[in-house]
Amino acid sequence: MSNDGEPGFIDQTATSLSPAADEETGWTASVRRRVEKTLPISELLPTKQPAYVSSWVYVFGVVTIAALFWVVLSGVVLAFFGAEWWHVSPIGHFFNSIHFWSVQMFFIFMVLHLWGQFWGAGWRDGRAKTWMVGVVIFAVSIGTAFTGYVVQLNFDSQWIAVNAKDAINSTGFGGLFNALNFGQMYGLHVMLFPIGVTLLVVLHIIQVRAKGVVRPIDDPMEVAP
Amino acid sequence: MDAPAPYIHWGFILISLPNFILICVMVLLFVLALVAPFPSHRRKDPRDE
Amino acid sequence: MKASKVDKQTYYRGVAMAPYDLLKEVTIALVGVLGLVLVLSAVLSSPDVPSVTLQSWAKADPVDFVTTASAELAGSTVVASYGPPYNSGSGSVQSWGPLTPQQWAGVHIPINAPNDFVLQPLTQATAGDAQLATALGTYQAASSDQQQKWLTNYSTGLGTATVAADGVVNVPTGDYGPVSVLMDRMLTLARSGGLDALLLTSNHFYQTDFSRPLLFLIDGGYISRLAEEQKLIGSDWGVMNETGRYPGQAWLWLYTMWYQVPPFTSDTGFLGISKANTDLAVVGVMLLLTALLLLVPFIPGLRDIPRWIPIHRLIWRRHYAEMRSRLPRA
Repeated sequence: MSNDGEPGFIDQTATSLSPAADEETGWTASVRRRVEKTLPISELLPTKQPAYVSSWVYVFGVVTIAALFWVVLSGVVLAFFGAEWWHVSPIGHFFNSIHFWSVQMFFIFMVLHLWGQFWGAGWRDGRAKTWMVGVVIFAVSIGTAFTGYVVQLNFDSQWIAVNAKDAINSTGFGGLFNALNFGQMYGLHVMLFPIGVTLLVVLHIIQVRAKGVVRPIDDPMEVAP
Repeated sequence: MDAPAPYIHWGFILISLPNFILICVMVLLFVLALVAPFPSHRRKDPRDE
Repeated sequence: MKASKVDKQTYYRGVAMAPYDLLKEVTIALVGVLGLVLVLSAVLSSPDVPSVTLQSWAKADPVDFVTTASAELAGSTVVASYGPPYNSGSGSVQSWGPLTPQQWAGVHIPINAPNDFVLQPLTQATAGDAQLATALGTYQAASSDQQQKWLTNYSTGLGTATVAADGVVNVPTGDYGPVSVLMDRMLTLARSGGLDALLLTSNHFYQTDFSRPLLFLIDGGYISRLAEEQKLIGSDWGVMNETGRYPGQAWLWLYTMWYQVPPFTSDTGFLGISKANTDLAVVGVMLLLTALLLLVPFIPGLRDIPRWIPIHRLIWRRHYAEMRSRLPRA
């Protein structure tokens, strides 16, 4: 049955599984068309990749994400049992160790990934925003790590906080961001910063999947007119 | 592990041995990633079809 | 058509594809990293040097504690005259040329050192201690000139003070007025653990803001000496370091490097940067460098470095070899 031009008539054979027809209007239809065009499920979960992705340098990104996963998971356990737990429980201390080493792995592989992307000029062919989101992730990660260090509730936390305060105070932000205020730093560390990092990483992944892996430098482009 | 770490003093640079080892491992990993052979896949070249 | 504007399908036209299992790759990465982390955790554990308390400080170095407490009462410590965000002093205010964001931001975490660190906790501890109550009364009734005279004398006396077997600080006799009683009680209060609690709770039950005890701690020499033993002080690149033999924050190498070099370390300075505003200057430089890193794709020269130093020829050597083998034979 087709649309005979009667207003409000819906084609009964079309299900919501079909792509949004070009003539459908509305916010939802246009967002759906945009998503289906830039990131169809076949690109979100691809089964093929360019053959030029044939270097171990390419694994640093996914390994960074893997490290972040364990940082968050171990962090959830630490948060669940409370800020003091790992000082009094051997199991707690073990989870703190997982958190500590996952963070070290996260920074190591993130920097290796940055080196790889820099030397491959990964920002080419419209990927500048992907690069920029990556740099922002790096900066926000440093902030996340800082708040983490000052909520350990040990000598390290004390020393880092009392020294960092001078740099933060010098910028005028000391009244807003008080490294000596455990309550504030803890809330930032377990909630606000991880949400920020996660959202940025999801955006970064979407950008990479939407645009695909950048072609090698000086590779001839075969682009149809 | 709680004893103070050894330090390397080179000019104005002062770096702990653990940090130094970490950075060396990073550089090594990067160089290895650049030169290590990567397993080749069965290729699906559109020009072969 | 610009490569940046084409859709993915067009971008990949003519590109040889290879099979790829994304979820398998993610799983391998997860398992691999977990394995590595578990081994490191089991073998090396993680650092946990216990925190310093006012109590541990007062017991380990009573002279340093009393010296700091009397300096707080005199208002002569770093925190007492710090400036914003703590108070209206200027001792630690940093500026760069006409920029004084620290001053502009104003006081938001009010700290009155003589009162907050000494007089208030002592006032709360007078229950059953008539001598302390009297000493407080005498001190607060005196003129500020008289107070400073007592404190200056006491500070001189502390230079030759001794510590008795029971931990009490013995200062040679002098004209200290009520100050010696006040300081004696400060030490007793600290050694009992009461001062840690009083500086923290100040009339609330729950408290999660450790500003006061931490600021009091850093005005003393004890915590800094402990930090120096672990090479955590700024001039030892301490920002990068961790307690014990653990790796620290290697990614902060560039941030802390500036603290070690002129003009950041100099008295005379250059371009408005000197010892007087090292923190602000370093933050400024790092913000600039981060902005440059962010904008690499748009900065000619910077974005061409990968072409000038062709490490990419290693990354894509197989691809380039394939392309060469496809060139038509002459």
